Amino acid sequence: MKRLLGTTSLVIGAALVMSASAQAQAVDLTVVSWGGAYTASQQKAYHDPYMAANPGVKIINDDSSAEGLAKLRAQVEAGNVTWDLVDMVASDAITACEEGLVEEFDPDELLANAPDGTPASKDFFPGSLTPGDTNCYIPQIVYSTTFGYRTDMVGGTPPTTIADVFDLKKYPGKRSLEKKPIGNLEWALIADGVPGEKVYEVLATPEGVDRAFAKLDTIKDQVVWWTKGAQPPQLLADGEVVMASAYNGRLFSAIAEKKQPIGMLWDWQVFDLDGWVIPKGTKNLAAVKTYLKFATDTQRLADQAKFISYGPARQSSAPLVGKHADLGIDMKPHMPTDPNNAKTTLNFDYVWWADNRAEMDERFNSWLAK
Amino acid sequence: MAQAEMTGDMMRTADGVPLKLALERALFRSRLRAVMLVAPLFFFLLITFVLPIFDMLFRSVENNIVADILPRTVVAIEAWDETSGELPGEAVFEAIVKDMADGKRDKTLGRVARRLNFEKSGMASLFRKSGRKAPKITEAPYREQLLKIDKRWSDIDLWKLIKREKGAFTKSHFLAAADMQYTPDGSIEMRPENRQIYTNLFGRTLWLSGLITVLCLLLAYPVAYLLATLPLRTSNLLMVLVLLPFWTSLLVRTTSWIALLQTQGVINDLLVGIGLIDDDSRLQMIHNQFGTVVAMTHILLPFMILPLYSVMKTIPPSYMRAARSLGATPFTAFVKIYMPNTVAGVGAGSILVFILAIGYYITPALVGGRTGSLISNFIASFISGSTQNWGLAAALGVMLLAIVLVLYFLYDKIVGINNMKLG
Amino acid sequence: MSSLPPYAGPLERTWFYTYRTICAAIFVFLIVPVFVIIPLSFNELPYFTFTPEMLSLDPAGYSTKWYVEFFTEQSWRDAVSNSFFIAIFATLLSTSVGTVAALGLSSPAMPFRSTVMALLISPMIVPLIISAAGMFFFYTRIGLASTHLGVILAHAALGTPFVVITVTATLVGFDQSLTRASASLGANPTRTFFKVIVPLILPGVISGGLFAFITSFDEVVVVLFVGSVEQRTIPWKMFSGIREEIRPTILAVATLLVLISMLLLTMLELLRRRNERLRGMSPG
Repeated sequence: MKRLLGTTSLVIGAALVMSASAQAQAVDLTVVSWGGAYTASQQKAYHDPYMAANPGVKIINDDSSAEGLAKLRAQVEAGNVTWDLVDMVASDAITACEEGLVEEFDPDELLANAPDGTPASKDFFPGSLTPGDTNCYIPQIVYSTTFGYRTDMVGGTPPTTIADVFDLKKYPGKRSLEKKPIGNLEWALIADGVPGEKVYEVLATPEGVDRAFAKLDTIKDQVVWWTKGAQPPQLLADGEVVMASAYNGRLFSAIAEKKQPIGMLWDWQVFDLDGWVIPKGTKNLAAVKTYLKFATDTQRLADQAKFISYGPARQSSAPLVGKHADLGIDMKPHMPTDPNNAKTTLNFDYVWWADNRAEMDERFNSWLAK
Repeated sequence: MAQAEMTGDMMRTADGVPLKLALERALFRSRLRAVMLVAPLFFFLLITFVLPIFDMLFRSVENNIVADILPRTVVAIEAWDETSGELPGEAVFEAIVKDMADGKRDKTLGRVARRLNFEKSGMASLFRKSGRKAPKITEAPYREQLLKIDKRWSDIDLWKLIKREKGAFTKSHFLAAADMQYTPDGSIEMRPENRQIYTNLFGRTLWLSGLITVLCLLLAYPVAYLLATLPLRTSNLLMVLVLLPFWTSLLVRTTSWIALLQTQGVINDLLVGIGLIDDDSRLQMIHNQFGTVVAMTHILLPFMILPLYSVMKTIPPSYMRAARSLGATPFTAFVKIYMPNTVAGVGAGSILVFILAIGYYITPALVGGRTGSLISNFIASFISGSTQNWGLAAALGVMLLAIVLVLYFLYDKIVGINNMKLG
Repeated sequence: MSSLPPYAGPLERTWFYTYRTICAAIFVFLIVPVFVIIPLSFNELPYFTFTPEMLSLDPAGYSTKWYVEFFTEQSWRDAVSNSFFIAIFATLLSTSVGTVAALGLSSPAMPFRSTVMALLISPMIVPLIISAAGMFFFYTRIGLASTHLGVILAHAALGTPFVVITVTATLVGFDQSLTRASASLGANPTRTFFKVIVPLILPGVISGGLFAFITSFDEVVVVLFVGSVEQRTIPWKMFSGIREEIRPTILAVATLLVLISMLLLTMLELLRRRNERLRGMSPG
């Protein structure tokens, strides 16, 4: 009975999508994302099938997500919005939502149910639709920032904990970290012995911040700072650094696709979300909503994991994650959410960072310049 | 108007117009003609270039967010005496509760929260939390209820901050750009040392630009002298070695320096190959000041050689010969006779190189790393990087532009913009 | 110091050769970075350095695959057509407005000449990041951001100073009696302009145009801010390539750009010679 209902709703849904696309004349949707392998995975999992089913819609990729918030803010301020959909990390999406730059919506109305009928609000990971209590975000993936190390440059005992990253005696050589305080301060404290769940409690005090910077000081001379996600895998591949923090998907592609001698260090990986926001003032609101309903359903999110090793944000997608499209590797063990990898994880405290980001950035830049 | 004849006491043209008037008319016509010719470019640059820059730089003082989003509060707080040491009255609390409820409804509260958070950390969460609950407070006592939501509202410094930033203009971006800040009482002090950035950054930018200018001069002088004194055929050939880099894409030259300088690059390979350094102790020549200085010196060197060359070309060789024949050693002749004649070229080249170096963005962004990035890189990151602060970016931009304009003015005085030559 | 006089003493002789060596070293510093990328772009392996196979001149160490990648990848082809499209239109625009303005500026009757000149040259002097940021906000407001037209206008603004400078320089030596001669021989002003003035200033116009072209063709900061992916040019691809995933394809592109700059340099040299010849013929 349930199956029958599911099929019926699918058929009706498909019919609705078809009729909507028939009504809509040719629409160009400008979709802003990160470019590179990430946009490619969205192209294959979302855009291509959608355009095949809706010949009237043309999806144009704009790889500006790195400047997404700045350009969106300028567009909204100028009253001239040219984007239709923007891919953002959760912290930027919170800011955008609170400043009224993006549309608010009811997820159960906008998004497709899981195949078993679970509404979207229950199917997405708890809290992921409402980061910072905002209602503008549709997460696609859970990604993590974690460490990779050169298996041939760490001697007989590979690093296993975050403290090893800060241990120059045990693992001499250069490291690479992102040129931002966020994440690095937390790791420094954990490496200094602060329990993971107490990190923000400690950071909230001036002494805690000093302690984090003091810990970073111990490796400062050995750090190469990266600013773009593609850099750390490259630095590892070139042997310029022994270990580096990086997005887990980038490390996966260096290890599995490019066969580099790199190992994963999952200890205290930082979970974060990446997902869609709809710019306020888009000229194609209806078309965007129709597209989103398709592109964020259970199957589509699971499909994306065939092309890049990020975990789908819907719980119902997890069992559908299969093998890598080209390599035939089972992708499940490479997901940051896999229980073996997620023994110790950290979630950003977005509220703390929204309050302290400007001040921490100043301190960080001042510290870097010394 | 060529033929004039005498009529009475006044010169007149053939058609009877007084000559003086005719000349004035002719002058006016040619003036008008000149102005009309220049006008299209003038207005084109005004709209595509000058206006946009002024518009952006205006953000350094613009401050309408607080007054726009908290309109009742800025009016009500006028009556509060911030020196009294007491919290504002019930009317101010009522105003801010209503403003926050409106701001929450219109989705604008986040903007004011972000703006004030640059002045005082924690304002973002305070407004976020209070904004969510403010719509539920609909009647007195406003103060009591707001303090119940968050006791930070009892912080007098916070109210002083709102009162200070309620105007249409603010100084705070310029203060931040000078590593200064307001004390809660509204006087101005230096920021704590671990948060000072920009004075050092300006210092570094000026120092590196100066260093690059001096290096360019040291390298350009002998080469320009050689080019100016060799027979034309040979010097034209050698000139290609100067002009080719000049005409080669900036990104190509920066890419080359990456290939040459990186740890696994050509120079390190060469040094390891000839056994000068160990494979484990390769030199770090990129992503630091060294990389920025070397690459920028190379890129800007032609801008020094060309003006020096064009000045040296005009110095007659007979000067040196005269000095020698009067008994000066070659060295004395060169220092006492030749060098003073090249001062104009040295000035022109140095100012030009310095102006270009101080605003460089691309090369330091690619090879500068932690210690080799310049002020432009920070401006760029405040505009579109992860922490956006357009007001601060504009303030830093005003300061950078001011330095450049002073130098430009000097250049005009020393060299004359009309005498600027290319290639 | 062009050659060593026969009576030079040993000290002078030593200094002479030392000096020549120093100059040679500086020339090497100038030119090596331009040429080093050419052999590197034929590297078989994705490295930015010479492999042992390359050094032993083993043909297996060399490959043209990065060129193949450049010519076959769609995004590079788009970048090439964007670069040429934007640069050509920006050049046409800046050359025409700039030349006309230079004619006005060269007239002795032009009021506030040096002030106006200083303003018109300023796009060359103002740090690019400031221009780019200003244009980013302003062009977004008037709907020119992320359009080809926006980038063309921005690049034309940056290119005009070069046209103004080169054309006014040509006009400095311009003999006003030529226009009077033309007029006295019965030519109307239009005819005089096209038959007398244009041929004389043409070298200045073309070399200014070449400068404007290379300014746009090589520009990356403004296009990063004002443009979007649809306007992605060659320098943009190179810049993001170097920042993100540095591949030898960039070296192949760089080699091709060096060839283009050689071509431009040759054109400029021919123009200079023609200009000198014309000047030689004109009276005064």
